[in-house]
Amino acid sequence: MTDRSTRREIYERSRRRRSIFIATTSTIVVVAAMIVLVPMAPGWDRVRQSFFDGDVFAETFPGLVEAFWLDVRILLWSTPLILVVALLVALARNTRSPALFPLRAFAIIYTDVLRGIPVILLVFLIGFGVPALGLSRTWANPVIWGTVTLVLSYSAYVAEVIRAGIDSVHESQRAAARSLGMTSRQTMGTIVLPQAFRRIVPPLMNSFVSLQKDVALVSLIGPVEILRQAGIDKAKFANFTPYVAAAIIFLAITIPCTRLADWALARQRRRTGATTIA
Amino acid sequence: MRTSPALRRIVPVLAASALVFAACGSDDDSDSTEATDAPTETDAAAATDAPAATDAPAAGGEGCDATISDGVLTVATGEPAFYPWVIDDAPETGDGFEAAVAYAVAAEMGYDEASVEWARTTFDEAIQPGAKNFDMNLQQYSITEERRENIDFSLPYYTSNQAIVALEGSAAEGATTVADLVDVKFGAQAGTTSLAFIEEVIQPSQDVFVYDDNVGAKAALEANQIDAAVFDLPTALYVSGVEIEGSLVVGQFPADAGGTTDEFGFVLEKDSALTPCVDAAITAITDSGELDAITQEWLADFTGAPVITVE
Repeated sequence: MTDRSTRREIYERSRRRRSIFIATTSTIVVVAAMIVLVPMAPGWDRVRQSFFDGDVFAETFPGLVEAFWLDVRILLWSTPLILVVALLVALARNTRSPALFPLRAFAIIYTDVLRGIPVILLVFLIGFGVPALGLSRTWANPVIWGTVTLVLSYSAYVAEVIRAGIDSVHESQRAAARSLGMTSRQTMGTIVLPQAFRRIVPPLMNSFVSLQKDVALVSLIGPVEILRQAGIDKAKFANFTPYVAAAIIFLAITIPCTRLADWALARQRRRTGATTIA
Repeated sequence: MRTSPALRRIVPVLAASALVFAACGSDDDSDSTEATDAPTETDAAAATDAPAATDAPAAGGEGCDATISDGVLTVATGEPAFYPWVIDDAPETGDGFEAAVAYAVAAEMGYDEASVEWARTTFDEAIQPGAKNFDMNLQQYSITEERRENIDFSLPYYTSNQAIVALEGSAAEGATTVADLVDVKFGAQAGTTSLAFIEEVIQPSQDVFVYDDNVGAKAALEANQIDAAVFDLPTALYVSGVEIEGSLVVGQFPADAGGTTDEFGFVLEKDSALTPCVDAAITAITDSGELDAITQEWLADFTGAPVITVE
């Protein structure tokens, strides 16, 4: 038994070393090909000047970081609101009492309609339309209504994720809880939701990363966030480098988020005993 | 354990490069087709520093046949092209200021009306590296030194002032100096020099809101999100007269009152062989008075507005 597992370990170690060697070699080949071949293209000098201009980068980067702060603030306001609204919609859709049919119908219409409408239309409709009803300057602020739009749209998506998580908890869990005398509210709060949320952490992270980029849509109704600032700088210098600078700033946030999501996924697989064989 | 380590290593590299390229390629929240540009810091200086017009060949001479398709001059404008620059979005009729200028310049370059073809581009298409689908592009592109790093500009064919549009009863109404405008909430169009003008000359106390086009600025005025918007004067007069009901041009900022002017030039590919030829043609129609006549014909109604002084 021990002997056999040791031989197996040795074999696996050699396979692992081989995999790492292949991975390293192919990465080097791909990167080297990009570094060597791309500059050989006849238009490379013009492309480099238009997209990777060091002076433009240095001049616009601080302003872009400053503009990114607005994205971060919108993100920080909208994320908890999205989670709360989405949870309420998902719970509404999971009610079972016949008397609550209108609530279920509302939840279904909410998700169907808000996921079906392009976010860009919602941004204009809510961002310009609601304030035009006669709000004071303070309450007409497009940052407020842009955030509301993101919350409406994303909560519809996230509600479906949460609902899928709730549905993924086996019916026997619910039945067992009810047979122990728990109320349906206790069952949902202490038995179903904790299991559901553990399962949907990765897709939720996915939505969060996607939201980071959709915050840029708020700029359509006035506020100057990072992509708008990059567009302004692009027009000022007739150069696309500011977008590259903005991309780097975005990556500084999205890569850690994606890694975090991957880590959460891996941890969950370990905990639920899923195999790691590819 | 089979291929996953390899994948795990390569995927981030590819993903990162893909993201960078995606971010570069898919921009475009900022510019609509018409970049109603206005000047910035360069203003009048840009004209005098303009590239070697003096040693350009005579009109219709050397370099003038370096077009993308033989014997045809392809001129680009916005999609749609706006009044009064192009009437009814039909530049091929020659109606509208920029359409008329384009045909006059083309004639000087040795291309008759039949040899002029029109293309449509966005601002981004005009500045992108690589092959262009036009020989020259005019859609109120302001000449600035920064832009000249990446594209060629012709000599200016029009000089415009910045102007303020507001709804009646706005906080900006009745302003006579820039000091009256400090607390006004402004909006401007992305990618225009009007935005730089607000930030550098008016220096308002509140952040400027920015829109893709006139439509956004109009909606924001009506939604009580901004007090006033800034455009070049002809656009401002058109927007207030036709597009936004109940609005007026509060004032303009002429150069002799401390304002900065906006000089419009043709955009050509960087280091285009055609640039000296276009410059020579513009010089010729300026000297002959033809440009003045065209300006009178199409823009005579687009100059009247109260003057706002800058310190």
